[in-house]
Amino acid sequence: MASRMAAAADTEVQIITGNQAMALAAKRCRVQVVAAYPITPQSQVTETLSEYVAAGELDAEYVNVESEHSALSVCIGASSVGARAFTATSANGLAYMCEPLHWAAGARLPIVLGCVNRAMAAPWSVLNDQQDSMSQRDAGWIQIFARNNQEIFDTAVQAFKIAQTVSVPVMVCYDGYLLSHTVMPVDVPSQEAVDTFLPPYTPHTILDPADPRNLNQVTLADPRENEKGVLCHGYMELRYLLEEALEQARDTIIAVDEEYAAAFGRSCGGMLWTYRSEDAEVLLVAAGSLASEASVAVDALRADGCKAGVIGVRAYRPFPKQELIEATAPAARVLVFDKSLSYGNEGPICGDVKAALYGSGSHPAVHGYIAGLGGRDVRAAELAEAVRRDAAKGAVAPTEWINCRI
Amino acid sequence: MGTRDCGHLSAMAAPAKGEAGETGRWRTMRPVVDHTKCTAAAADSLVCLRCWCYCPEAAIEKAVPIEIDLTYCKGCGICAEGCPSKAITMVPEVECEDGE
Repeated sequence: MASRMAAAADTEVQIITGNQAMALAAKRCRVQVVAAYPITPQSQVTETLSEYVAAGELDAEYVNVESEHSALSVCIGASSVGARAFTATSANGLAYMCEPLHWAAGARLPIVLGCVNRAMAAPWSVLNDQQDSMSQRDAGWIQIFARNNQEIFDTAVQAFKIAQTVSVPVMVCYDGYLLSHTVMPVDVPSQEAVDTFLPPYTPHTILDPADPRNLNQVTLADPRENEKGVLCHGYMELRYLLEEALEQARDTIIAVDEEYAAAFGRSCGGMLWTYRSEDAEVLLVAAGSLASEASVAVDALRADGCKAGVIGVRAYRPFPKQELIEATAPAARVLVFDKSLSYGNEGPICGDVKAALYGSGSHPAVHGYIAGLGGRDVRAAELAEAVRRDAAKGAVAPTEWINCRI
Repeated sequence: MGTRDCGHLSAMAAPAKGEAGETGRWRTMRPVVDHTKCTAAAADSLVCLRCWCYCPEAAIEKAVPIEIDLTYCKGCGICAEGCPSKAITMVPEVECEDGE
């Protein structure tokens, strides 16, 4: 509380949308290059940033591009030469970035991308689910979910620090419309405070005409000596290093969140956050605003005498395996609510939770639920009802769809 | 000894000959130069040199007569396309005496 009081003098509460919170965070982080292409529901992020640049409030290059593929490619070039680069997109825009997403991670560039989660077409939908970022989970990026507008701001500022600490790009994911277009109070730290928190970015790449380099050149299967006789990584060694960085990012995500809490008086929970989970017999697991909705369901369940709790998945990649083992240990049942689907299998978070618990001893039963695809509203009462119905299920149960009226 | 000592996080190398391996092994068509038709050879001077200019692999030596480094030439044929005096012919490797 003391740190919150101390920080309070240095902050200002603004009543803003999630998109404005994201743009404001990028401004506070003094992004130097912004390249983005408009797509609903992300457009307000890039519109707000373009206004900052046009008004002279943000000293950044705002690069107009003809596509999302180009937007991220511009960020890759900018980040390679040492600029702090930012882009934002949604759904089909993110899918169009698929190739440079892999490139940015393989090139180990600390780009931050705001992913305003939206359903993938076909059919066209501009409404929320999380299929877009889930479909890119194996691109090598860190993915962190925010559950409200304050967390969008805080996570974005943390994302730049995490990214440049481990040299891995970070996707800050937040639900379209539910957060992107919903106005909430956001405690905005001063420019000076963010400057103190976030050091300048020094690139690991060298792009200097006086000392020319090829970056991400053709790399053969086996390690080879360079022109100086130094044995350099082959493709497989570079992939090992990327995976090693994602694993190291666990500690970095937790440490940066702790540093942020010390500086600004707010923690987002590190790898995951919990709500009334300590003595919970049944746990609801979800990411983003759906996990906030689960908290409302848990209050109702608790009022009925059901010992329920929430685990909010904050970091999705790297996945909070150890934290989940510890947080679910006391529970008999875990219900995972996914706003996306790994078609032909199950919800991606559900599958990952099961994999995390495998071999950890006598773990709880894990049951998968699909909810809220394409903007279908998910009410707390529906989540609570799912928990009540779930009591009749055995250890293994097929995935159940919430409020699908087929 | 492993590769960690190189200190790289991503693939990065100073430009150097043969950095991507012996790319000449990819070649199926070989550029064969008829120096009697070559503009530079006829002038005995560093003129024309479009082949040298356009070679995407920098496998052509800026010299009179020009020299093509077959260790790295991928056989793309851009030199033959660009030669104004048709001095370069692309010949299938299997038809070359020392071809692979």
